[in-house]
Amino acid sequence: MTSAASAMTLPVSDSEVGSLSDTAENAPWVVIVWNDPVNLMSYVTYVFQTLLGHPRPVAERLMLDVHHKGRATVAHGPRDSMESIVTQLHGAGLWATMAQDR
Amino acid sequence: MRPFRSRLGRFTAAFDPAEATLLADLVDQVRTLLAQRGGGAEDDPLAGLTGMAVGPSTPPGDPAVARLLPAFHRDDEGLAAGLRMLREPEVIAAKDDAAVTLLDTLPRGGGTVRLTEQTARSWLVALNDVRLVFGVRLNITDDATPPAAAAADPRGPEYAMYLTYRWLSTIQESLVQAMLGDA
Repeated sequence: MTSAASAMTLPVSDSEVGSLSDTAENAPWVVIVWNDPVNLMSYVTYVFQTLLGHPRPVAERLMLDVHHKGRATVAHGPRDSMESIVTQLHGAGLWATMAQDR
Repeated sequence: MRPFRSRLGRFTAAFDPAEATLLADLVDQVRTLLAQRGGGAEDDPLAGLTGMAVGPSTPPGDPAVARLLPAFHRDDEGLAAGLRMLREPEVIAAKDDAAVTLLDTLPRGGGTVRLTEQTARSWLVALNDVRLVFGVRLNITDDATPPAAAAADPRGPEYAMYLTYRWLSTIQESLVQAMLGDA
């Protein structure tokens, strides 16, 4: 992640906040979006903005992470919410999975 | 085809009659693929008891349908199977709603398409689903170069499919740019 993210409150983090007090079972879940050769970069940005509520610069940064690094963590939180986000991302045609952030 | 542009809060484009027919046909084909998948679990006893639509637990055999309906978890097959059963019907319903909206707002004889933010969103999804299916069928690995089979014969059916794919990309790109411009 770039420094642009650290100044904002985001539903995205690769920090370990919360992990000290959480048991493994309560560990938060994350949503990962994977790169694919068909989805337009502009469309992925649009989906991150509208579906995940990210401001434009964050949506673009995440899109570029997907594009260049092959994947990006776009959300984290309780399992039910992450299930719902993956469902919506699949509905929109993005290749997304969820995982427990141990 | 005149690509989409934003005007007074609406998104407009124009299609020839043949283009409108082609687009409607492609969107219909994706609906059919998904309907065949969705119809697989109609006799599920749990669905009968609870009234909840439950999907199959295994990934689609057709790789194009599998791309439209990816696994929820990469490594945990049990979790992926459970989530697929619970969530896949919602994913299919969202895609079908988008496809129906596109078909409802596309003048069949061709002409001007006028979309609101809401209907434009459905167009993006429906266009994207058609492109995802093309991507698998054509074995597209990057956006800039035609796949080998298409490049091998510029007069062959694969190349024609590739040109259709690029045409769909142009439509979708123009619409998403018009929408991002307004956002």
